[in-house]
Amino acid sequence: MTLRQELEVWPSRRISACIAQARPEDVDAALAREERGLSDLFALLSPHARPRLESMAREAGRLTRRHFGRTIQVYAPIYISNVCTADCPYCGFGARSGSTLKRVTLAHDQIRAECEALSGQGFENVLLLTGEAPKIATLEYIAEAVHIAREYFASVSVEVYAMTREEYQLLFDSGLEGVTLYMETYDPENYARLHTVGRKRDYDFRLNALERAGQAGARRLGLGALLGLFDWRAETVWMALHARYLQKHCWQGAVSISFPRLHHVPKRFVVPAAVSDAELVQAMLALRLILPEAGFTLSTRENAATRDRLLPLGITMMSAGSSTRPGGYTSRANETAAQFETEDRRSPREVVRAIEQAGYDPVWKDFDHAFGSSG
Amino acid sequence: MNEDPLVIAGRSFRSRLMIGSGKFPSARALRLAIEASGAEIVTVALRRVDLGKPDEHGILSAIDPKKQLILPNTSGARTAEEAVRLARLAQAAGFDPWVKLELTPEPRYLLPDPVETLRAAEILVKEGFVVLPYIQADPILAKRLEEAGTAAVMPLGAPIGSNRGLKTRDLVKIIIEQSNVPVVVDAGLGAPSHAAEAMEIGADAVLVNTALADASDAAAMARAFALAVEAGRIAYRAGLGPTRNTAEASSPLTGFLDEG
Repeated sequence: MTLRQELEVWPSRRISACIAQARPEDVDAALAREERGLSDLFALLSPHARPRLESMAREAGRLTRRHFGRTIQVYAPIYISNVCTADCPYCGFGARSGSTLKRVTLAHDQIRAECEALSGQGFENVLLLTGEAPKIATLEYIAEAVHIAREYFASVSVEVYAMTREEYQLLFDSGLEGVTLYMETYDPENYARLHTVGRKRDYDFRLNALERAGQAGARRLGLGALLGLFDWRAETVWMALHARYLQKHCWQGAVSISFPRLHHVPKRFVVPAAVSDAELVQAMLALRLILPEAGFTLSTRENAATRDRLLPLGITMMSAGSSTRPGGYTSRANETAAQFETEDRRSPREVVRAIEQAGYDPVWKDFDHAFGSSG
Repeated sequence: MNEDPLVIAGRSFRSRLMIGSGKFPSARALRLAIEASGAEIVTVALRRVDLGKPDEHGILSAIDPKKQLILPNTSGARTAEEAVRLARLAQAAGFDPWVKLELTPEPRYLLPDPVETLRAAEILVKEGFVVLPYIQADPILAKRLEEAGTAAVMPLGAPIGSNRGLKTRDLVKIIIEQSNVPVVVDAGLGAPSHAAEAMEIGADAVLVNTALADASDAAAMARAFALAVEAGRIAYRAGLGPTRNTAEASSPLTGFLDEG
């Protein structure tokens, strides 16, 4: 079965019905089991699990420490271009509905300067980002950016537009470690409503991108749904199905999941299904309980206090000191468009101190130049 | 235990407990665990270390090279080439030419790839490395690695971090019976009793990490493991009695045969 076929077995109506049928004793059973399946996930996402969040949190912490130890990886995003031809109404990069501020694509020497600034702060793990503009931030441009970043950092991943297997292959030949690509929303109808322009309209091309990246040699595959665009319970189930599919079809790729909550959106966009703190926590814990080996990533979309509280619940990777505008590490000017406003404005040092205070070891370097084709 | 040292590649060690250094909440917690364990071999993931920069607060700061041998490991490597590259980098950075081969291409269970491990071992042995490979509890693979010249074999008890204990007991026993190099049970030992069990069946040493790193008092757990390893070793040397399903009567039915 293709991923699309596996997801079509579980339309949102069927997921909602299964979750509605879950009883309190199903939550107890799901908590008690050592190996958990989809029916356990339904129970853990149900309203009956809400009073059991504390037990879920303890189990989630235990499972996370067993696989990842008491460590949190630290990374920084580098936005190399904010030009975008898509017009996603919820995003600051949207071509028409997004920010009216300047759109730039960093030249190679500017990318180098950003790398130098972050490397000087101790970073060894970065995520390069662009908008959806393959004619401006071309494949060759991104490959060169990976190549440059690899001179400074042990680990380089990208979060760019969906590519073909051959295109991903070229990036891995340049020393790329991983690919992150959010589906935004897994519900096909909702996806079609929100994505009406350009190549991003193609649901299947985006859905299958991580599988293609895995086939091309990605060591890390990052997935996620933008929480706030659709029913969070259904999106959580679909993320779980996507993760399990990737684990089976790309057995050498480590799957990680992000939980980007929509906070700051362009003025005319109203978040249709806002997710509360308790709902975010329930989604994270339920996923951890059925995916003990998946990495969980937390960005600076969340504020400092929330991040510190979420940290021991299963997080394995955190960004720190992030800028979401191109050139943001070398220039303080705010005239270029940001993808979203960061909520956690602490410096990398402050974030690292918070990780240590929570009893975890902040890990800057967890990959090596000896790995991959360019080693 | 001084009269019963662990000897690997001609080097003697008093302790038969090796420590893995990942997963600890801080370098300090790691250092306290190492000290409490008395371990003389500590393995370090090269991917976590920046060989170009001094390591003031990192893993290496927790290890006293006068007391412990730093055993660099290749975890994260997916191919023999990557593992070989890492081992050479470590040697160039001044580590002893010892390497623990960890070739775990699958990130969920971190099980070792036997094909790549054998390939890497063959290359590194020829280059003069003391090679300790992390392997499945596969007796044939263990013999193939021994023939390739590895200084030990390190079969797993259960998947890394699983704390499940010596699930591979029967196969590890065959490896021990057939091996001419030290057998170190690595991975999956979640409690001191698991370590004692491995030593009782004749393992030469054990390696633990998660069970210590995840304990609320890592140093105390390290001490408990050290005692269990020592107890298991003494029991093995003393010769354990066979286990039986039935009681052995103290007045045997055939006792009359010995009379008068």
